[in-house]
Amino acid sequence: MNEKRKEKTEQPDDLRIGVFICDCGSNIAGHLDCSAVTEYAASLPGVVFAKENLYTCSEAGITEIQKAISEHELNRVVVASCSPRTHQPLFQSSCAEAGMNPYLFEMVNIRDQCSWVHMQEHAEATEKAKELVRMGVAKAAFLEPQKDIEASLLSRVLVIGGGVAGLSAAEALADMALEVILVEKEPKAGGLLNQINQLVPEGVKAAEYVERIIESVNSKSNVTVHLGTEVKAIAGYIGNYEITLQRGEGEAIQEKVGCIVVATGAVPLEPAGLYGYDGERVITQMQLEEQLLNGQFKAQRVVMIQCAGARVPGREYCSRICCMIAVKNAALIKDQDPEAQVHILYRDIQMYGTEKERMLWDARGKGVRFDVYDPEKPPEVKDGQVLFEQPIVGTKRQIPCDLVVLSTPLVAREGASALSQLLRIPMDQNGFFLEAHAKLRPLDFATDGVFLCGSARYPATVAEARSQGLGVASRVATVLFKDKLVTSALVAEIDPETCVGCLGCLDMCPYGAIEFVPEKGICEVNTILCKGCGCCAATCPSQSATLKGFKPKQLLSQIRAI
Amino acid sequence: MNEEFNPKIVAFACNWCAYSAADLAGVSRFQYPPNIRIIRVMCSGRVNPGFILKALKMGADGVLVAG
Ligand SMILES: Cc1cc2nc3c(=O)[nH]c(=O)nc-3n(C[C@H](O)[C@H](O)[C@H](O)COP(=O)(O)OP(=O)(O)OC[C@H]3O[C@@H](n4cnc5c(N)ncnc54)[C@H](O)[C@@H]3O)c2cc1C
Repeated sequence: MNEKRKEKTEQPDDLRIGVFICDCGSNIAGHLDCSAVTEYAASLPGVVFAKENLYTCSEAGITEIQKAISEHELNRVVVASCSPRTHQPLFQSSCAEAGMNPYLFEMVNIRDQCSWVHMQEHAEATEKAKELVRMGVAKAAFLEPQKDIEASLLSRVLVIGGGVAGLSAAEALADMALEVILVEKEPKAGGLLNQINQLVPEGVKAAEYVERIIESVNSKSNVTVHLGTEVKAIAGYIGNYEITLQRGEGEAIQEKVGCIVVATGAVPLEPAGLYGYDGERVITQMQLEEQLLNGQFKAQRVVMIQCAGARVPGREYCSRICCMIAVKNAALIKDQDPEAQVHILYRDIQMYGTEKERMLWDARGKGVRFDVYDPEKPPEVKDGQVLFEQPIVGTKRQIPCDLVVLSTPLVAREGASALSQLLRIPMDQNGFFLEAHAKLRPLDFATDGVFLCGSARYPATVAEARSQGLGVASRVATVLFKDKLVTSALVAEIDPETCVGCLGCLDMCPYGAIEFVPEKGICEVNTILCKGCGCCAATCPSQSATLKGFKPKQLLSQIRAI
Repeated sequence: MNEEFNPKIVAFACNWCAYSAADLAGVSRFQYPPNIRIIRVMCSGRVNPGFILKALKMGADGVLVAG
């Protein structure tokens, strides 16, 4: 208690805080009075400079911050704009460039959590923004300079999955002279492309295409390919993972890597119970690919049904690639036999990009018929016919056919959730892996050092899977081409003077980042494994564990300013 | 009394979920009353009872710990 009292009065006395209020164009300034907020900020204790910017994150805004740091000798910077989750790193590195310790930066969110959610309440939103700025400034006063944490890095990469995405990643990583360990659970690499006939838009044979990449990967001396192998255990952290691989019943293989790429792909849905699926007269696009590949295809009258098992309750997403696959195969059938009849029944056609639209028109030109069906009244497959109702006109139609082909979506692989637990990586409600941020970090997981490409993320075309694979290699390079790993200093620390080794924090730590050191009789934090959640700090009975950047004096100061 | 009670609410929000949910509410332009003050923490597990009591003592009528 006495300790806390002391903290309260102990205001750092040489405070020189700069506050920057962002208009975000009209996103903030359109709904609250940014000038009034700026004026208010200038009146707060410790603030020596306050400025309103049109866009604080623009080059002009950043320059203003940097200029103010040198001209006004700022030792704290507060930016009131959008979310620290997206913009804090930019502002922090800009402060660092201008010579201020980046851990003396604080961000206040007056857009997502003020102007955008109180759009019709100009006066109240302005008042709230002032209070949020007051709280941010109060916390900033108690921030402490920190030094980033450094650790060693192993220049080796584990790629899980040997489809086109994983192979492309392995190929590119190897070309960057990194050592690659590629693990494929099947006896052969290549993924789904091993079963596919030919690829559009280029028209190359899928197996030949992927074989070329496999050969290229195999020819590299710095790639080790483990076929028929799975990952059994993973320990460690970015830069220093310890991997256990298991090949069948054989002996476990130990490997050490710095980064991990997940490229485990997806599989087409097996449409049991849908449209009378029997694998003979009612088949999937994948089975049609096999028939076309083996020359077994003979049907004269074909009906394809799109969105079979997709965009329905329980599986609401669009698989993106099935329209392309149907149009490809319909055109191929027409090329083989112009007399054949091919009907595609669809809900919406998804033929995006510059080449697929062309494919669609070519298929129409070849005589492929397209008809819309209403998802409320899906087609019925009965006695060698497909029955459906044309929406708008309401006419009931019957198409005689000798083959029905179901365009089923790509779905997550069975093993996805096991891998998700092994690597502590999240999945969406459909079992596809979730990237750290759809737009800002599309190939990263939130977990540092683990990356993602191909259909494991969502259904992708070969071109997309390949570009993601090549892209992921460069994401890995941004980590492994540094001399050492540098991570945020905002981690827990345990005061060795006051820790009594009660192990309370150790049990609480979700990341296994705390270790008991018997010789010293105390607990210590592994600063690389620590993700800075602060559970230990909340638990420690002697307050020996603290979380940097969120210490009691920092949070209490913010609370005091409410 | 005909003056409406307008409670002051302090929310401790986890950076990774509740805080980002509040961000998402903003991006989606969900409108809600302006009487809430969000304090970002890196995990709701960081919030010990002391912080909650402090918020109540400083005049908060309600405290939300979300994570
Ligand atoms: C019927 C059909 C036709 C298609 N036609 C075309 C086309 O014409 N043009 C086009 O661009 N795209 C086409 N596609 C899409 C194409 O198949 C995908 O773009 C491609 O397969 C994606 O590659 P990937 O590497 O992400 O995944 P995958 O091909 O699924 O490869 C993933 C690999 O990872 C392995 N794996 C999975 N889990 C593990 C694990 N835990 N440990 C180790 N290994 C694991 C799998 O065995 C597999 O080899 C078609 C798809 C289908 C279903």
